[in-house]
Amino acid sequence: MRHVTVFILSLIFWLLITFRFTVPNIIVGSVASLICSLIFTRFFIKNVYKILQPHRYYWFLIYLTVFIWECIKANFDVAYRVLHPAMPIRPGIVKVRMELKSQLARTLLANSITMTPGTISVDIIGDELFVHWIYVRSEDPEVYGRLITGKFEKYIKRIIE
Amino acid sequence: MTEWLNILLYIQIGLSGVCLYRIIRGPTIPDRMVGIDIFGILVVGICAIISIQTEKSFILDIGIAWIILSFIGTLTLAKYLTGKKLNE
Amino acid sequence: MSNMVTIILICIGVLFNIFGCIGLIRLPDVYNRLQSATKCVTLGCCSILLGVLFHFGIGDAGFKALFAIPIIFFSSTVAAHALIRGAYHFGAKLDKRTVKDDYKEAVK
Repeated sequence: MRHVTVFILSLIFWLLITFRFTVPNIIVGSVASLICSLIFTRFFIKNVYKILQPHRYYWFLIYLTVFIWECIKANFDVAYRVLHPAMPIRPGIVKVRMELKSQLARTLLANSITMTPGTISVDIIGDELFVHWIYVRSEDPEVYGRLITGKFEKYIKRIIE
Repeated sequence: MTEWLNILLYIQIGLSGVCLYRIIRGPTIPDRMVGIDIFGILVVGICAIISIQTEKSFILDIGIAWIILSFIGTLTLAKYLTGKKLNE
Repeated sequence: MSNMVTIILICIGVLFNIFGCIGLIRLPDVYNRLQSATKCVTLGCCSILLGVLFHFGIGDAGFKALFAIPIIFFSSTVAAHALIRGAYHFGAKLDKRTVKDDYKEAVK
């Protein structure tokens, strides 16, 4: 079942990116998708029926809106820090606990943190995420944990788990 | 339209020159690698602007292939950084 | 009309790229440079590709530009994680103004 899902997804991707619906093109795409599904299925998600549940897509759209807004805000934040003559930076590496368990959710959370204002994720050891912050606003672990991961963690939990 | 695209293309090529400055003058080895990474993303923007100017769509294919190869190259450089200490 | 939207989107993208490259020159150490450059240049190139999508319309080239956007997002963020972790293990120095470093105890 997982093999079939990976095969169909990669065939759709091939047809959209070449955009030519002739017979030789479809045959080449099928062979390439078959090879991909044989090699890369072990990295796919375990329970494929989660793809067919519609409320996950609803939460995904809300998450995408929040993410794009944060991304634009991050760019103006960087522009302010770079163009200011005195460069108001106060960098530091802080440690944040996270509650997500699966590997895909952790990857998505780390990528979201990289694109939000002033933070970039460094490493994951156990349950803790290390984040480089360009302007450390407070020294209290509770406060900066809520500032960094609080915006995205609830949406990602509803999308994936 | 074409004059605007020409000016923007020249600005984008000048920004790649800024990355080359960081690659040549960088005080340490990680600085140079950051320059290489950013250079790889800027080239995709140049490919996109040229594809509008010439009205040909295969240049976008070059851009997609470039970003994937640059990604693999950066991962290799990062692997090299992890394995070696400064005092060796 | 479509030409106006294309030119405006490409102008916004090149402006963000300029901010990212100024950050690459001015900021003091490798971590801050990576942070500013990755954010600004990624969003700038995505904006330029969105302009390409508006110019060609939905079709052959439009789908290619649309699929390049998530590829750029994931590849640049994962490359930034790998580079910043490699730089810390290599021993690149943090700036003088750094106030906190939790990662030092965890690595040992």
